[in-house]
Amino acid sequence: MAIDKMEQSLRPPELEMKPYPAKIITLANGEEMIVRQAKREEVGVILGTIQPLIGVQKDFYDIVAARMYAEVLGWYEYRVANEFVLIGSIDGEIAGIVTSRLVDGKEGVSLHTMTIKRGLRVGAQLFAAKMEHHIDILGNDEVHIVAESPIGFKRWMIEYALEDRSAQFPALRHELGGVPTFTLTRKLWENIRADKCTGTRPVPPVKLAKADKLKMPTEYPQIPGFKRG
Amino acid sequence: MRKVSIVGIGHTVFGNLSEFDLVDVMGFASGNALDDAGIRDNRKIVEQVFVANMGGGILNHQTGIASSLVSRMDMEPAMAELIENGPASGASAVKMGYMAIASGLVDVVMVTGGELMRTVTGWEGTDFVASLLHSEAEYNYGLTLPAYGGMFTRMYMERYGLTERDLGLVAVKDHQNGEKNPFAHVRVPCTIDAIHDNENAHVINNYIAEPLRMYGMCPVSDGAASLILCANDSPKMKYFTKQKPILISGVGSATDTHCVHNRKDPLILDAVRLAAEKAYKMAELKPDDISFAELHDAFVILELAISEEVGFFERGKAGDAIRNGVTAINGAKPINTSGGLKSKGHPVGATGVSQVFELVKQLREQGEEGRQVKDPKHGMAVNFGGFGNNVVAIICSKGEV
Repeated sequence: MAIDKMEQSLRPPELEMKPYPAKIITLANGEEMIVRQAKREEVGVILGTIQPLIGVQKDFYDIVAARMYAEVLGWYEYRVANEFVLIGSIDGEIAGIVTSRLVDGKEGVSLHTMTIKRGLRVGAQLFAAKMEHHIDILGNDEVHIVAESPIGFKRWMIEYALEDRSAQFPALRHELGGVPTFTLTRKLWENIRADKCTGTRPVPPVKLAKADKLKMPTEYPQIPGFKRG
Repeated sequence: MRKVSIVGIGHTVFGNLSEFDLVDVMGFASGNALDDAGIRDNRKIVEQVFVANMGGGILNHQTGIASSLVSRMDMEPAMAELIENGPASGASAVKMGYMAIASGLVDVVMVTGGELMRTVTGWEGTDFVASLLHSEAEYNYGLTLPAYGGMFTRMYMERYGLTERDLGLVAVKDHQNGEKNPFAHVRVPCTIDAIHDNENAHVINNYIAEPLRMYGMCPVSDGAASLILCANDSPKMKYFTKQKPILISGVGSATDTHCVHNRKDPLILDAVRLAAEKAYKMAELKPDDISFAELHDAFVILELAISEEVGFFERGKAGDAIRNGVTAINGAKPINTSGGLKSKGHPVGATGVSQVFELVKQLREQGEEGRQVKDPKHGMAVNFGGFGNNVVAIICSKGEV
């Protein structure tokens, strides 16, 4: 499709980014989650997955879902620079989503982590995959991170023992509103990678083919009685 | 002594209930118990309320909890007291309820245990529980309950040849039961392949206090459970026609040294053994007579160690039992049919009451499909306070009133 000059002038400059190689993780209940990079044509199923959670106040799902919805739309419409979206799916059904972006070749900014299937540390695995992409694959030296929920704070700031960079405000300002900023450095990642990040590559083609047909969740533990209309 | 039966039971879901206050949560369970007993409209017949809670003052900045609950439930002028015995507060409250009725002081008692622990971070929660340790000789050196769990597990493994895989099997069995329990905190099954055998297992099931991994530890939970007790010979028993009464046939408790290092052998849990022996003696039962048990598996190793100490298995042989499916729901001696603390959760003040709730549910044969013990006659609960320094054992039986 031809892109007119006005549209071109609205789009941010993009860094070339290596793709995230898909991997497979066996979760505690024996189910296999495939983690892979989202494709642009999957935006509908991703937004449809996020949308019902915008109304869930518990555990700050509302703010995370609302912001992630905008981030995914921004990624699709070329309104955010250097963004990537990773999807965790089980039998093709979306179990979790992460969003993130690069500031430049050295710095990354973690945006959001959304867990749909709970109790299996899906979010923890996807967050680790996001850090793996930033540092191991895209070559960033640092990723700046904030938490908008107590769960996020426990999972990232405490469990990763992230560096507290809050004192550098306003020189260092995370894009999510100046909330206390913490940072994962390459050195920190190298120390904890083995304990936090897992997965097997390559994903067998049959399993990857199943994960290529993404489906919206049929139920949400966060929304009892949910039925997709 | 008078005979005492449980005539009503109530339970909240265990998990994250931090949008409610502590007395709300206790009130939900208490209301359920009153409904189950069929006396919500006649709740003023309850003469005494015992409330089990360990951390309301510390975690929730709330004291006077027993009186608050009575008022919230519109049950004045019932007598009300708070019982605090660390993680064994719940069973201690059941014991106090039993004693109040058996002694003839009152006829009808409500026992409610509850805790809200997720209002603080996991670290603060761990620190709060560690406050039960000896302040000079244990706590000040940084000891926590998970640390004790890890050391105990290491010692047991070295002495008896237990493996990390065996510990994983306990979690698998508990989660199979917990998945079917509508009140359980973690209703997700796990497989031994995923949490132990698989190449991803070291991350999926990471070490917390080596050799204990995440699936070797109970979650930090909020929740409450409640029981209504009545004297078998009381005229007030006429109110309780809705459910078949379940007899409290045995009660025992015992203490051990506060500091674990003062024990001759840290693997010998004297208080567990003595509490169980007293309960067996009172019930005129032997370990073989017990149909199923709820054992305090805050760490999965404790399920194995307690099962040996109460006489179900020879010392060092509980590993064989888990490997051979003896303690599974359809095994010869089902243990932690509720999912145990491991899967159901561990709101400390609620746990002992919840264990007895499960005994009653099983003895009424009201367990959900797939987790009902076949033809149970006697169930035993062991609630483990401190690191085994104050333990309460309760036996419930199908009995005639």
